[in-house]
Amino acid sequence: MRIRASGLACVRGGREVFRDVSFVVGPGEALLVTGPNGAGKSSLLRLVAGLLRPAGGRIELEGGGPDLPLAEQALYLGHLDALKPALSVRENLAFWAQFLGNAAVNPEPALAAVGLGALARIPAIYLSAGQRRRLALARLIAIKRSIWLLDEPTAALDAAGRKMLADLLRTQLSNGGIVLAATHDPLGLENPMELRLGGNR
Amino acid sequence: MPMTTTSLIDLANPSRFLALVNRLSSWLAAATVLAFAVGVFGVYLAPDDYQQGATVKIMFIHVPAAWLGLFAWVLMSIAALGTLVWRHPLADVAAKAAAPLGAAFTLMCLITGSLWGRPMWGTYWVWDARLTSELVLFLMYLGVIALWQTIDEPTRAARIVAVLTLVGAVNIPIIKFSVDWWNTLHQPASVLRVGGSTIHPTILMPLIAMLVAFTLLFLTLHLAAMRNEIMRRRIRSLLMLQASATAGA
Amino acid sequence: MTALSALMLRDMRLAVRIGGGAVIGVLFFLIVVTLVPFAIGPDLALLGRIGPSILWLGALLANLLALDRLIAMDHEDGSLDLMLTARVPLELALAAKALAHWLSTGLPLIVATPLLALLLNLDARATGAVALTLLAGTPALTFIGLIGAALTVALRRGGLLLAILILPLTVPVLIFGVAAANAAIAGAMPFAAPFTILCALTLASLVVGPFAAAAALRHGLE
Repeated sequence: MRIRASGLACVRGGREVFRDVSFVVGPGEALLVTGPNGAGKSSLLRLVAGLLRPAGGRIELEGGGPDLPLAEQALYLGHLDALKPALSVRENLAFWAQFLGNAAVNPEPALAAVGLGALARIPAIYLSAGQRRRLALARLIAIKRSIWLLDEPTAALDAAGRKMLADLLRTQLSNGGIVLAATHDPLGLENPMELRLGGNR
Repeated sequence: MPMTTTSLIDLANPSRFLALVNRLSSWLAAATVLAFAVGVFGVYLAPDDYQQGATVKIMFIHVPAAWLGLFAWVLMSIAALGTLVWRHPLADVAAKAAAPLGAAFTLMCLITGSLWGRPMWGTYWVWDARLTSELVLFLMYLGVIALWQTIDEPTRAARIVAVLTLVGAVNIPIIKFSVDWWNTLHQPASVLRVGGSTIHPTILMPLIAMLVAFTLLFLTLHLAAMRNEIMRRRIRSLLMLQASATAGA
Repeated sequence: MTALSALMLRDMRLAVRIGGGAVIGVLFFLIVVTLVPFAIGPDLALLGRIGPSILWLGALLANLLALDRLIAMDHEDGSLDLMLTARVPLELALAAKALAHWLSTGLPLIVATPLLALLLNLDARATGAVALTLLAGTPALTFIGLIGAALTVALRRGGLLLAILILPLTVPVLIFGVAAANAAIAGAMPFAAPFTILCALTLASLVVGPFAAAAALRHGLE
């Protein structure tokens, strides 16, 4: 399975954000999307996730099953954490695991892996920003999908959190998964590909 | 320094307040039971109304319920001032505990009033001045309770509800008068006969006894509710502490 | 199907917890119905005659009140983005949300109807008729409202605009709901005709609502 993008263009609010962006990412490969603010890093990720329509160009998933579009093979982690404050930590993760993945998934191991095991029953409203981010990252562990689309994954994370994320990424890549990340941070990866946006305006 | 009396400021400390409540609550409960025993006995002895028969004795529940429905809002208003003006830490706990009690007593007043009036009116409800202003009071209580439920953080919720309570306190006499005018414009108000303008002692004494009994009941329940609310907030603080103590914050 | 039931369960849990909308809908219904006698006078005979209409209008407005947060809440915290990447079709997910909304906000209205009918001097037969028509018709209100919620999801003045868009679409439901209730009470007109049309409207909205709402959401993406 590989993602092939050719000649992608993005227009938001009438303004052309980028044009003629092309890349190929294959299994076990990571692509870091870098660039100044406003260059369209988030928009590119949303394009790949199917949340935005491209103004030009194409994105294709080569080698995936014909019935499953790219969006349904990918896990998208945006700026927002998609957490409900009134639900407990465990309930939040369990919901997404059941809705996006597999009904039988037990969220406890994923919570423990991100260091939130002790807080499973606490309402999410009491979490700090870093803890909320970790809970969002727990989704990556609990739900098995081969493509990860991460928008600023290290936001609000402390050093321990960033190390945990780096471990997660390495595991995903060694399992043959694909990672696309918009980030200012090298994320602790050895040799990621880089796509720089925003140089040509 | 040995404390032989506790002042209001001392009660501001929740732990000290809880200790006081624990000591008082069994006495209050006993006093309530005793007062009800006296009151019910007096009601049993009271004469029937020449027109309505025994149903007039619903009054012995209806009047105290109405009184407590208003009393609770007055209590909430004083507590609201305590929150906004004097910043007394337990004022909002008192206010939050009083709201459901006030709503319950107002509802009891509405239901007993409806049952009492049905033989006379033929229906369970008429839009007369007294009943309607009680209904509006009930809706205001529900609004306060809904507002408490909407905001998670207790101190912020307390300030917002305090403002609503004070506005409501101003509104209640206005509603009472406006409904009187509204009713006299559209329809003659139905008259509830209690037995004349001078109330005979055989009815007055049991009525006062029931008033005292119900007020003691209110105080017992109110203190218990305040204790529960303090416990609830402690649990919340503990949860927050646990969340912030865990690494990754 | 477990994904959809997880979604329904989550929405219903959220509705009854702090900040949820379940109780507020019933309170609004209560207040609206109480306001009407203030406006038209305490004439019990008149209130009894127009009682079914008052209850229907109150239920309509109360149902509408809670709807604008239905999709907007998920949009605001990023949950909607994730729902779009699920293997469950968006149409089904939206239908599940609407059903959960009706169960947690619409059903309590029907439960509260007998109490309010008492205030409006309706007898048992009238109360039953109104409750039955509400049971058949309020799902239609929710599923039509779903379309409005999807159309206004990203707007600031969403709530009011939603009402303006949706209320005209709910007029047929209101007409047949009140007609069915009055037919059951008066007995002069056949009850079956308006009632079956009401049920048909509901069934149609169960299908049209989610599809239209999903289309609105997809086209609303930039």
